Amino acid sequence: MPSLNVNGQVREHSAEADTPLLWVIREQLGLTGTKYGCGIAQCGACTVHIDGAPVRSCVLPVSAVQPSQKITTIEGLSPDGTHALQKAWVANDVPQCGYCQSGMLMAAAALLKAKPRPTDADIDTAITNICRCGTYNRVRAAIKQASGEIKSAGLDIVHVVRSV
Amino acid sequence: MAATLNRRDFIGTTTAGAAGFSVAAGAAGFSVAAGSLVFGFATEAAAQGTTAATPSATPPATPPATPPEVNAWVVVQPDEKIIIRIARSEMGQGTLTGLAQLVAEELECDWARVTTEYPTPGANLARKRIWGNFSTGGSRGIRESQDYVRKGGAAARMMLVQAAADEWKVPAAECSAAGGVITHGASSRRTSYGKVAAAASKLAVPTDVKLKDPKDWKLVGKRMARLDTVEKTNGKQIYGADLQLPGLLNASIRACPVFGGKVRSFDAAKVAGMPGVKKVVKVGDNAVAVIADTWWRANKALTALPIDWDLGPHAGAQQAAINATIKAGLSAETAAVGNSNGDIKQALSSAARRVEAVYSYPHQNHATMEPMNATAKITLSATGAPERCEVWTPTQNGEAALAATAEAAGLPPAQCEVYKIHLGGGFGRRGAVHDWVRQAVAIAKEMPGTPIKLLWTREEDMTHGLYHPITQCKMTAGLDAQGNVTGLHMRISGQSILAGIFPQNVRDGKDPVVFQGLNAGGGEAMIGYSFPALLVDHAMRNPHVPPGFWRGVNLNQNAVYMECFIDEIAHATGKDPLALRRELMKNHPKHLAVLEAAAKRAGWGTPAPDVKGQKVFRGLCQTHGFGSYVAACAEVSVSKDGALTVHRIVAATDPGYAVNPQQIEAQVEGSFVYGLSAALYGECTVKDGAIEQKNFDTYPAMLMAQMPKVETVVMGSGGFWGGVGEPTIAVAAPAVLNAIFAATGKRIRDLPLKHHSLKA
Repeated sequence: MPSLNVNGQVREHSAEADTPLLWVIREQLGLTGTKYGCGIAQCGACTVHIDGAPVRSCVLPVSAVQPSQKITTIEGLSPDGTHALQKAWVANDVPQCGYCQSGMLMAAAALLKAKPRPTDADIDTAITNICRCGTYNRVRAAIKQASGEIKSAGLDIVHVVRSV
Repeated sequence: MAATLNRRDFIGTTTAGAAGFSVAAGAAGFSVAAGSLVFGFATEAAAQGTTAATPSATPPATPPATPPEVNAWVVVQPDEKIIIRIARSEMGQGTLTGLAQLVAEELECDWARVTTEYPTPGANLARKRIWGNFSTGGSRGIRESQDYVRKGGAAARMMLVQAAADEWKVPAAECSAAGGVITHGASSRRTSYGKVAAAASKLAVPTDVKLKDPKDWKLVGKRMARLDTVEKTNGKQIYGADLQLPGLLNASIRACPVFGGKVRSFDAAKVAGMPGVKKVVKVGDNAVAVIADTWWRANKALTALPIDWDLGPHAGAQQAAINATIKAGLSAETAAVGNSNGDIKQALSSAARRVEAVYSYPHQNHATMEPMNATAKITLSATGAPERCEVWTPTQNGEAALAATAEAAGLPPAQCEVYKIHLGGGFGRRGAVHDWVRQAVAIAKEMPGTPIKLLWTREEDMTHGLYHPITQCKMTAGLDAQGNVTGLHMRISGQSILAGIFPQNVRDGKDPVVFQGLNAGGGEAMIGYSFPALLVDHAMRNPHVPPGFWRGVNLNQNAVYMECFIDEIAHATGKDPLALRRELMKNHPKHLAVLEAAAKRAGWGTPAPDVKGQKVFRGLCQTHGFGSYVAACAEVSVSKDGALTVHRIVAATDPGYAVNPQQIEAQVEGSFVYGLSAALYGECTVKDGAIEQKNFDTYPAMLMAQMPKVETVVMGSGGFWGGVGEPTIAVAAPAVLNAIFAATGKRIRDLPLKHHSLKA
C-alpha cells in the first residue's frame, strides 16, 4: 500500500494515484481539519505544508507526493493548539464561521517560518486564501501579534479562563 | 412558587436523548467536554430506547449522564458546568455567544463554566416549540429572541434560588445569587447551582419573571470572547462536510445545468465498475447522484457518467434578454407602491430641473466557503417500510430543515429528526429553501439503513444557488430653482425574492421586502430622508434564475440606488454630500446620528492625507435595515491607470443594544468583505439558461491584499434591538462608489465594478 508521512506518522492509504492529496488526507486518513472549498487551488481552504512549504492539496495528485516528504496538516501544526499563531488567533477571536481558518493558519505558519517578521506586503502576498465571512483584518493582526510585531491588536476582548 | 413535580416526562426524554447523541458526537470526533458545540438531545427513538437512531458503532462504556434541565434553556451539572441551549444557528456571526451572554446575564452563573448545545428541531416539535423560532436569518437571532431567552435565564435563576430556599426553609426573597452561588444573607448560608439543580428541576417554571434593567448588565454589552474559537483554530470543529458516521457512504450530485431542466437518461453501467461506486441514482426529476465509499470516488464517477439532459423551457435564456426585460419595467405603467407621500407627478412636472439616473445590480451567489451538504439516513421498520429519517446538516433554520426532511422522506415530522451542525458560512443560502436536504433524503431512500453524506462540488454550488435578486432602478429627482429637492421617484424593476420563495406573501402584486430601507416606518428598514413628494414603486420582473435571501437582501441594491443618487443630486446642485443629507434627514435623527459619527471620525470636511503620493477621496452613505442604523465613510484612491485602492472605512452602527461590541465590530468588518467582494466582482450571468460562473476563478472574492482598514463605531443608543449581521453590507458599495466619483468624476451605476475602467 502507498504511504504518506503525515504529522510525523507514516500512514498507509488505498487511494488511486490520481486522487488529490486533500481527499486522501480527509477520507483515507480521517483528518478533516483540512477543507474542500473549490477544488481548483483558488481558495486555499485545503492548504497543508509539504516539507514546510504551503501547498494547496486539492489539486495535487497523491502520486506526486513522495513517502519521504513530510506533510503537516492543521491537526499537526502543534500538538495542543499552542502554536504562536493559534494562540494569537484565539486572543483576537479571529474565526467567524471558521471553515477557511485551517488553510489561513497553515498559510500564515508557512509565512512566519520563511519570514519571522513579515511586513504588510509580505502578508498580502502570502495570504491569498478566501474568507467569505471577512476575517482578513483580524488574520493580519494575529499574524503580527504572533510574529512579535505588535503586542496586541487592541481589541480588548474579555477572555475568561474556561473551566469546562 | 409551587414546587410541583410536573415535568418528569421531559426529564426522561432529555436524559436518554442526550446520552444517545453524545455517543454520536464522540464518534464524529467531538468532545462533549471540550466542544462549544454539542448536538441536540431527545431524539424520539433514543427516548424509546431504540438504537437505530443512535448513529454509532462504538458507544463509550459509560455514556455521560446529563442531569435534568432546570428549564428548557438551562442545564446545570453537579460539577457546576452550565449548559445553555441555543435555538439559533451559529454560522460565524457570533449569535451563539451573544445568546449565551443574554441567558447567563439573568442566570447569574459563572461565565467561565458556560457551554452550549443546540436543541434539535424534533425536540422543539415534541415540546410544543418551547425554544421558539429556529430561523437564523434577517439578522434576527438575538433581536427576536432576546426577551424570551433572558426570561429563560431569569426563570432558571429563580428556580435555583427557590430550591436553595426550600432546603434552608427560608423565603426565597431573602436569598441572592451571583456567579452560580446562592447566599442566604441572614444566616450566611451558601450553596451552589450544581448542588440544587436537581431539586430546582422539579419546580414549576415561573411565569412572572422580571428582567434586569440594562444599566445593571454585567455580561451583556461586554467584549466577551466567543465560545467557539478554539476548535476553529485546531481542526477539531466538525462541519457538515466533515461528518463521520459508522457505515457512512458519500454522494456527489449533478443537477441539470439549466434551471427547470430535467434528466432524460444516464448510463450507470459506464461507471458501475469504477472504484468504490455503490449506486447511481436519479434524484428528483432533475439530478443524478453517484454513491460511493468516498466522496472523491463518487465525484470522479459522476464526472465520467454520461447524462442526457432535457434542458427544458429556459435553455435559450440569455443575460441580455433578462436585462432587457427588467429595463422595460423601469417605464412600465403598472408598479406596486412601497412608499409615497405628496404628489410626485406634480412635483416632477413642475420642477425647475430634473436629475435622472438608471442603476443596475446583478445576480450574485452566496458562495459559502463550505458547499451545500447533508447526511441523511432512512431506517426501516421490522416490516421493511421506512420508519424514520435523520438528517445532519448545517442549516440556518432547523425547523425548516425538519419540514423538508419530512416532506422528502414521506414521513410524519415526528418520525424525522435534524441534527444541526455549525455552518461553514450561511449568508442566507442555508435558510429558506432546503433543496440540498431534499436531495440527501432522496438519495438515502435508495439505500435504507445507510447514512449517506451528500456534498456538492463548488461548481454545483455556484450554478445551483438561490441568487441575489437582479434589479434595475430609475431615480428621478425634481429640483426647484434654488436646487431644493421637491420630489423623488424611485422606480425599481426586477426580481422578487418572495415571488420565488414565499409567493403566498406577495399580495396585490406587491413584495414588501423589495422596499427594504425605503419604508416610511415600521422600525425594520426605514428611509432616512423626507421629500415633499416621494414615490417608491416596484415593477416585478422575474427571470428564471431562482432568487434567495442573500446577506443584506434588498437593502444592498436599494442603498446603492438611493445613496449614490443622493450624491448625484449633491453634485448636480453643487452641495456637499453631507450637507445635502443633513437637509434631507432633519426628521430622521437616528439615521443622521450614525452618518455624523462616521463622517466625523473619518474627518469629513478636511482633506484626507495622501497615501504614497496618491490623493485620497471620501464617500459617504447611510441606511437603516434589520432594525439598525448604519453609515460608512470610505477613503479611496484611483491611480492614473485606473487601479482602485480602498484605504480605510469608518463605519458606524446603532443597533440599540449592543450585546457584544467586539463581535459587532467583527460583523461590520466582515460586511465590508462580503459587500465589497460583491461590488467589485460579484456577478452571475446567464448563458443558454445556465449560470456561467462556476468557481472562484470566475466568481472571485476580495482577498487580504484588497482589505481596507476598518474602524467601527458601535453607538448603541438603547431602547431597541437591531441586527448586526447584515445592515452594514448595504453601505459598503455606495460608500466606495461615492468615493470613486469624488476621486474620478466617474459615476458607476452598474455593478460589479470589474466591468468599468477607472482610468483617467
